[in-house]
Formats: sequence, structure tokens, C-alpha cells
Amino acid sequence: MASNGIRDRVAIVGMGCTGFGERWDKSVSDLLVESSQDALNSANVPVDAVDAFWLGTLFSGQSGLTLSRPLKLAYKPVSRLENYCATGSEAFRNACYAVACGAYDMAMAIGVEKLKDSGISGLPSIGAPEDGTRAGLTAPATFSLLAPAYCKKYGVDEGTFKEAMTRIAWKNHKNGALNPRAQFRKEVAKDVIACSPQVAGALGIFDCSGVSDGSAAAIIVRAEDAYKYTDRPLFVKALSFIAGPATGPIDPDYDYTTFPEVVASATDAYAQAGIKDPRAELAMAEVHDCFTPTELVLMEDLGFASRGTAWKEVLNGTFDLEGELAVNPDGGLKSFGHPIGASGLRMLFEAWLQLRGEAGKRQIASVARGRKLALTHNLGGAPGECVSFVSVVGSERS
Amino acid sequence: MNGIVAYGAYLPYYRLDRKAIGEALGSGGGKGTRVVASYDEDTTSMGVEAARAALRGAPKPAPAAIYFATSYPAYLDKTNATAIHAALALDESAAAYDMLGSIRSAAGALRAAMDAGRPTLAVVSDIRTGLPGGADEREGGDAAAAFLLAAGDADSPVLAEPVGAASVTAEFLERWRVPGEPASRQWEERFGEHAYGPLAEAAITTALKQAGVTGSEIAAVIVAGPHGRANKRAAAAVGAKPTALGDDLTGSVGNTGAAHAGLLLADALDRANADDLVMVVSLADGCDVTIWRATAALARHRQRVPVAEQVKAGGKVAYATFLTWRGFLRREPPRRPDPQAPAAPPAFRAEAWKFGFTGSRCQACGTRHLPPTRVCLKCRAVDRMTPERMADVPATIATYTVDRLAYSLSPPVVVGVLDFEGGGRFTCELTDVDPAAVKIGNRVEMTFRRLMTAHDVHNYFWKARPLRGASST
Repeated sequence: MASNGIRDRVAIVGMGCTGFGERWDKSVSDLLVESSQDALNSANVPVDAVDAFWLGTLFSGQSGLTLSRPLKLAYKPVSRLENYCATGSEAFRNACYAVACGAYDMAMAIGVEKLKDSGISGLPSIGAPEDGTRAGLTAPATFSLLAPAYCKKYGVDEGTFKEAMTRIAWKNHKNGALNPRAQFRKEVAKDVIACSPQVAGALGIFDCSGVSDGSAAAIIVRAEDAYKYTDRPLFVKALSFIAGPATGPIDPDYDYTTFPEVVASATDAYAQAGIKDPRAELAMAEVHDCFTPTELVLMEDLGFASRGTAWKEVLNGTFDLEGELAVNPDGGLKSFGHPIGASGLRMLFEAWLQLRGEAGKRQIASVARGRKLALTHNLGGAPGECVSFVSVVGSERS
Repeated sequence: MNGIVAYGAYLPYYRLDRKAIGEALGSGGGKGTRVVASYDEDTTSMGVEAARAALRGAPKPAPAAIYFATSYPAYLDKTNATAIHAALALDESAAAYDMLGSIRSAAGALRAAMDAGRPTLAVVSDIRTGLPGGADEREGGDAAAAFLLAAGDADSPVLAEPVGAASVTAEFLERWRVPGEPASRQWEERFGEHAYGPLAEAAITTALKQAGVTGSEIAAVIVAGPHGRANKRAAAAVGAKPTALGDDLTGSVGNTGAAHAGLLLADALDRANADDLVMVVSLADGCDVTIWRATAALARHRQRVPVAEQVKAGGKVAYATFLTWRGFLRREPPRRPDPQAPAAPPAFRAEAWKFGFTGSRCQACGTRHLPPTRVCLKCRAVDRMTPERMADVPATIATYTVDRLAYSLSPPVVVGVLDFEGGGRFTCELTDVDPAAVKIGNRVEMTFRRLMTAHDVHNYFWKARPLRGASST
């Protein structure tokens, strides 16, 4: 496959991110105005300097008008796109290509979601007419299938696996407690997590990311123009998006211990970025912790731990904020909730802060010691039938 | 007249202890148990299960018509038998007709199948209950049975031939229900006994005369109908030996209305010896009597899971759950989106999959696909697929989970990832299971169910349940 990448051809020069949470008082338009204003101020440019916009949202609006209407854009191109939980990242990816090819000088990628207007627990349904035969499984149920499969394949005791799941939720809440933009800003004790009401399989409430509202945005220009806008741009090293054939659930050879789509997108991204040993080269990774067993499996699929060992590394603190490779230093989906269109850009926002040394109490020490790369990852769908996005950004051109 | 060349009966899994009624309400209830159709069953889905039981095994003549009888149809105005037709994957040239509304409809369906000049499947099915605390709730039961009537041949011999049949009709108000009402009404019990008595005697006498036998030669006497005391009097009027009067299943199963005569006939056929005479008296708005002679072929063609085994199996359901399932207790729903009704055009396109559980097999590499698809998941060949019916293929649980958040009429939802014998994988709901008892490696079989009803549209599809029958372990 020819995935040539656009390494070091574009850079992020400004970013904005609203607070995530139950934003009853803010509409979709309000959130878009706020995150876009933050990004524009961060790059010190007016909105008319932006030539083209990519808006990511799954449930919160159709057509580019969802953005052009509140921002009163002056007759500019606005694409509205969706790719399940990788929607925000997808907006970013497409905006980058548009700038890299020279069609536009400056683009904005912006994501938004207001899940709290629906009034229901969990995610709303996606509504095309159907024949009624699709299993009505919730997202927690589909991802709960990972746990017994992993334990069986690697001979891990289910109690130990549950401990690792709990540790992941604990770590992410601990990080989120340091983050003024997070929905949940308190540490949560491990026994509270472990004993939370059951949702599906081994998952309790605290093993599941929440439902929230939020928005985030990024301003992108060609790499050679980056320093006109900021002295600390982030250069895009890799963008990979993989849509799997969705055959996992109907193929007896799929064993529910891995996301092949994630492996493919990580391999592609590392090749684009020239990364040989991600655990040694990355300062941080923001990964899609929709559920705790998901984050555990992602450590192996992203190459941060060898097969069958992620549970040990998790329990050892390898991925803690002070660990060898900080995973979800901002608190992850666990602390922010998952406003679907915004999450991918919220992850890039943490990379933006960390690599520029602006993360305050969450600042990762390895950045100052010379690690200059960050990874963001989203997956959307269910085990065996998903899409996966991986990006790598860095503070220097190679 | 056609003879019975195949038969099957279906009892749902759940049992209500009658004393639980008394415990909850302070009165009512009684001894024994009654069978309860699950929240995901209706008369149509149970009819499918009984018909599958009848048609399973050795090849049989393809039914040229189905008659479906019930006093409690899932739909009015729309034919219910067409769903059964689709679930059995019958040829489009086979007719499918409903005979609806009353217990006697079942006798009519069976008689029409006997009189037909072509192989005909009679499917009888019912869900019976009444207002909480009443006799109908306590005495009722839910079940289905199916009989394939045909001329018989070497491959599919007659198992029971009709040697006498009689029918007596009268118009009188004994039991009735206006459509939309939750329960039936009855006139004073002694009136019914008075009205039925002579009707039963007349029909029994005529049938015996036609068959050229006396009552004492009948090996098994079956009397079924809504009026218990009239049934007892009719049984006594046959003049059969005491050993001919067996268990009418009202103590363990309940009175299954339109299905009951068929259920008891199936039970008798499970045990009858060659040349045994079985008399079925259906006492409902008149009297229909058929005398069947079992043939030597019956012993080699009995249904796979006998009625007695189905009666012994099963699990408990609590009274409050029973009331909820039957619509008498309106429960607080979860804060989840309303379930969507299936849309007619996609369901029409997917009829073979949705109703017939027919997947596809890639002719290029042999891989099975559930649901059917056009591009092979293994070899990526395009349009090299042939349809393959998977409804009767057993499967093993590869993994599973319990979903406590999903919408269900009876949470939690148990979902299994199933690997089918001979290939193919599919993920679907498990039913008739205790979530705590599900294990990887358990063997399951597919069952036709009504997943739910949304916006007055019934959503039919398939679930998996533990294999039935002692032979399955």
C-alpha cells in the first residue's frame, strides 16, 4: 500500500480547547465559537485568515453550515465529516492534507459534540432504517468481550486483569485531577473503581468513559510558514487512518485480544514518522480509553508492550505520568468524557501543551530531557469491526 | 383423508409456581406449575418452533399449505402464518393461512389439513392467561404443536391415520372476549357443563361408529377444551378403560387453549404403540372428535424431544416477571433510546436471513457468512456466494458477555459469540439462560423469537438457547 505520508510538510500553529463536561448552559454554536476563538487567539490570527475549515461531529449537526452559521464565516469552504469516534482526528487529517497539497495556506480543524442534550444514558442510536437483525449490544458490552479473551489467551487470572483495568481508571482520574479542562477532576480510590455497579461483563461504571460535551480546534499551515505564527509549532510527522473490513465478529479466527486496525494504523504511522521504538522515542501517548480493557489492549497494539505483558506493565506503573511512557497524561476519555467529534482534537491539545512545556502540574519530565514526539490515537466501532487513527506530532522538523 | 406423517410440540422454557400467585396476592394461585411463554415469544414464534420440530430429521413432503391457528394472534389484518412460512423457508408456491381468534380454530386447522388433497401443515399455538388472581391466569398455559398431514409414502410413511372423525356445532355463549380486552369472560360454569354434555356425547358416538370400534378399544382418550368439568364428563362418556385416561398436563403445563388438543396428541404419539387407537375430543364451541390409529412406522419417526421431556425441563419465573411479560405490570424503562422498529424494505430484502436464518457460503473458498454478503471475508471473491440455511446447525459459545445497559424487556441481555459446527461465526442474544450458568464451550441451537415490538411492529429474528433434549449433552 502506498501511504506516503506528509511528514514535516504541515504544522499546528494554534490550538484551543473548551472545558469538557455537562455544559448545560452552552449550545453547539457556543462551544464552536469558544474553541475556535481560543485557537485563533493562540495563533494570533483573525478568523478571516483561515482559508478552509474541517468540522468533525457525529450527532451534533449536519453540513458545513453547523460551523459557518455561528462563526458567520465569510463564504469559506467548510467540510463536515464523521468517522465514529475518530471524527475529530479525521477532521484534523483532512485539513492537514488540504494544506500540504497547497490548495490552502491556512486551515482549521475543529470538532464538537453535545451528547448531554439527548437525555439518555450512554450513546444515542445511529438511525438509518434497518431490518431489525443487528444485535442491540451497547458499546460497553462489545468491549467487555476483550477481558475473558485476553485472560484465556495469555493465562492471566481474571482477578489480576481486573486489577489492571482498575489501575488504568485510577491513573487516568489521577491525571485528570490535575487538569482544569477535564469533566472529572478528583482522584478516585481503587476500591471504589473495582466495586462500582456492573455495566457489562467485568466492566463497572468506572471502567467506562462518560458522556459529555466539548469542543477543540487546531490551526494548520505549511511547515515553512509555521514560525510566522508561533515560536513553538508542532510538526505533523504521521497521519494514519485505517477502516477494517469489519469481519471480526463473523470470522472464527478473530480472538478478541487485539484490534488489527490499530496495529495497521500504528505500523503505517511509525513508518511515516520514522519511529523504530515507540516506547523509547515518544514522550507521551493519548490513546482511546473508551473502556479500561481497551487501553490495556492498545498498549500492545500500539507496540508499547509485547503481547501478553501489558497487564504487568500497567500494574508496574510504566504508563503513569511519571512512568517510562506517559499514557493519557491529560486524564483521557476517562476524565474528559467522550464528546465524539471533539476527542481527537482534545488529544492533540494535550500534545500541544506538553511538547511546548505548557502542561503545568502535568508536565512530563522526559520532554525537557529531549523526547520531542507525541502520539494520539482514536478508535471507533467495536472489537473486530472498527476504524483506527494514529497521529505523530513533534516539536522539531526532522 | 391425509394421515399424520410428522408431528412436533413446543413448550416454552419458563414455569410459574402457582402458589407464587397466592403468596403475592393473598388469594388465588394453587398447586403445581403453569408454562409461561418468555418475553421474547409469541404465538407465531412458538408456532415456528413446533413446526421446526415436526419437519426436522428425515426428509418430508414439502407442505403445500400451512394453516396457523391461535386465539391470541400477534397481528390482525396481517397474516401471521407468512412469518412461519418464511422461518421454515418454504417455497413461495406454498400457501399460508391464519385461522384466528378462538380455541376451536385449532380443530378447524387440523381438519382442513386432514381433508386437503395435498401435504398440509397445521400449526396450533396459544398464550393463555387472565386477570391477576383469576382462574384463567392460574389454569392457563402457553404452548404450540404442529402436524404435517399427507398421503404418506416410503420415505415419509403415515404415522397415525384417521379412522373416525365427527363434528357437532351449536351456538351458545360460554366463553368469549371482545378484541382489545385483556381477559376472557365466562358464563356461569354449570351452564357450560349443560351445553357441552350432549354435544360431546353426539360427536363421540358418531366417531366411534365411523371407526367401527367401541370406547373400550381406545388406548388413549384425550379431551381438551376450556371447560374443565365438561371435559371430565366427556371423557367419562367415551366408555374407555381407566388406563386410557392419562395426564392431561393441566397440573404441570396448564390449559394451553388452541394448542392443547394438539399438545396432548403429540404427547400420546410420543408413546403410542402400533395399532393403538388415540381419540382426541376437542370441546370448544361444539365438539370435534378424531380417532387416530398409530401405525408401525410411528416408533421410527417420533419427534426428537418428547413432550414429557420438555415438561420436566425448564426454569422458574417469578410472578412479578410473569405479570410484566404479559403486560399487566408496566415497569419503569431504562433511560435509553426507544428501540427502533424494523423498516419494511430492509426486512423484505433480508427475508431469507431475518426469518429463515439463511447465510451464504463462498463457492470460491468455502467460507460461511452470517449474515449473507456479496464479498467474501476470506478470499474477497465478489458474487460467488450461494445461500445456506443455518437455522438447524448447532453452535458452540466462543465467548460471551452480560450487557446490563442494553434495552430489554427482561434484562440483562446475554450475548454470545457463536461458532457454528462446520464453520461460520455470529454474535447474537442468548435466551432461556441463567446469565450465571453461561460458559465458553456450551453448545447452543438457534431459536426463532420476537426480539421486541416497537411502534406496533413486531421484530422477529433468531436467538440462541442451550441445546434441548437429553441427547444434546
